[in-house]
Amino acid sequence: MSRAALLVLADGRFPAGGHAHSGGAEAAVRAGRVTDAASLEAFCRGRLHTSGVVAACVAAAAALGADPGDLDRAVDARTPSPALRAAGRRLGRQLMRAARATWPSPELDAVASLFPKGAHQPVVLGAAARAAGLGALDAAYCSLYEGVSGPATAVVRLLGLDPFDATGVLARLADDMDRVARDAVETAERVVSDGVGVLPARSAPLLEIGAEAHAARAVRLFAS
Amino acid sequence: MHLDHHLESPAAVSADARRPDGSRRALRIGLGGPVGSGKTATVAALCRALREELSLAVVTNDIYTREDAEFLLREAVLPPERITAVETGACPHTAIRDDISANLEAVEDLEDEVGPLDLVLVESGGDNLTATFSRGLVDAQVFVIDVAGGDDIPRKGGPGVATADLLIVNKTDLAPYVGSDLGRMAADAKTVRGELPVVLQSLRSEDGVREVADWVRERIAAWTA
Repeated sequence: MSRAALLVLADGRFPAGGHAHSGGAEAAVRAGRVTDAASLEAFCRGRLHTSGVVAACVAAAAALGADPGDLDRAVDARTPSPALRAAGRRLGRQLMRAARATWPSPELDAVASLFPKGAHQPVVLGAAARAAGLGALDAAYCSLYEGVSGPATAVVRLLGLDPFDATGVLARLADDMDRVARDAVETAERVVSDGVGVLPARSAPLLEIGAEAHAARAVRLFAS
Repeated sequence: MHLDHHLESPAAVSADARRPDGSRRALRIGLGGPVGSGKTATVAALCRALREELSLAVVTNDIYTREDAEFLLREAVLPPERITAVETGACPHTAIRDDISANLEAVEDLEDEVGPLDLVLVESGGDNLTATFSRGLVDAQVFVIDVAGGDDIPRKGGPGVATADLLIVNKTDLAPYVGSDLGRMAADAKTVRGELPVVLQSLRSEDGVREVADWVRERIAAWTA
């Protein structure tokens, strides 16, 4: 297992299309729910403990080799918003391209061939971690960190928020991320033995509603 | 069938000249340059000039709207299914250089859905003088500046002006009104670009895009040779 490979995969500059997405932050800013560092922190904490938990469990399970088709259907079932499902698949397809070029592997090729238009992003993230020689905990961390760093970066652009404040928000979420990542690995191990039914189904209704409103906007900075 | 091809091609395609099914992919030409220099107008003129002889499609990279894609649709330069807009998350240069995944996906989807294509024009969102395309996304790039942006831009250089495969100095018809010295612009461009070509054009004149269209035709001929 290579610690350096984790840095490559977790790097915000890893070319997998994430820069065009705000993780729901743009919709939250438009609705006046995120206005400063404190509300950004609340937004990210909420995301971390709802959709973030689900994504981390799925990524960790995929990294352990759980069936990608089952995991993908489980994500569909846990994502009511069609706009979010579409964004998740688009990001999954883009991550797959980058991962196959970076860590060529027959297993990744097989997942790509099952989903030519993209599997959900956490499924691909877990498969990419596996191809990179990383473990379930690494995949969970990557998923969780992306889930909060994307909105934080986006809010810097959307609100002109002080970038030091935004980075401080991420640092204050570190303990939460540690706990959620450890729990996600335990859940992922149970997915391998008991199937995807044991995956949590937490959701944040405002993220889903915001994603639909955002998708209908003619003028926006981020794709989702 | 599609699935088998994926399994046979372990690496993800980007700059590969062949598509997964073995056929030659379309030539991809990027157009970049500052806001308002005439990138979209040049793309529209190229589509009109070339659409009878080539199978072509356009990818636009709008910054926060679908304005450029909608302009092309409104002008009806191509059927709507041949124009795709990519969203760039406030960073147009990232989408054409540092993280080209959304643009590659758009190009490949166009080839799948309306192909076979001879040419895909990838238009960048308006940016600054340092914006260039990745060689993983395009085979050749055009940088578009205009006389109204200041006649010192060629002298200032920058990666776009200095290294693009073709430099267009657009809106030459405006030169007398904004006090730009076309001779000086051409000479400065020559100094920073050496042998690389420069076209001074006005799309207001009859067949104003002819020189650029001819350059594209040469590129196509070299690509398919």
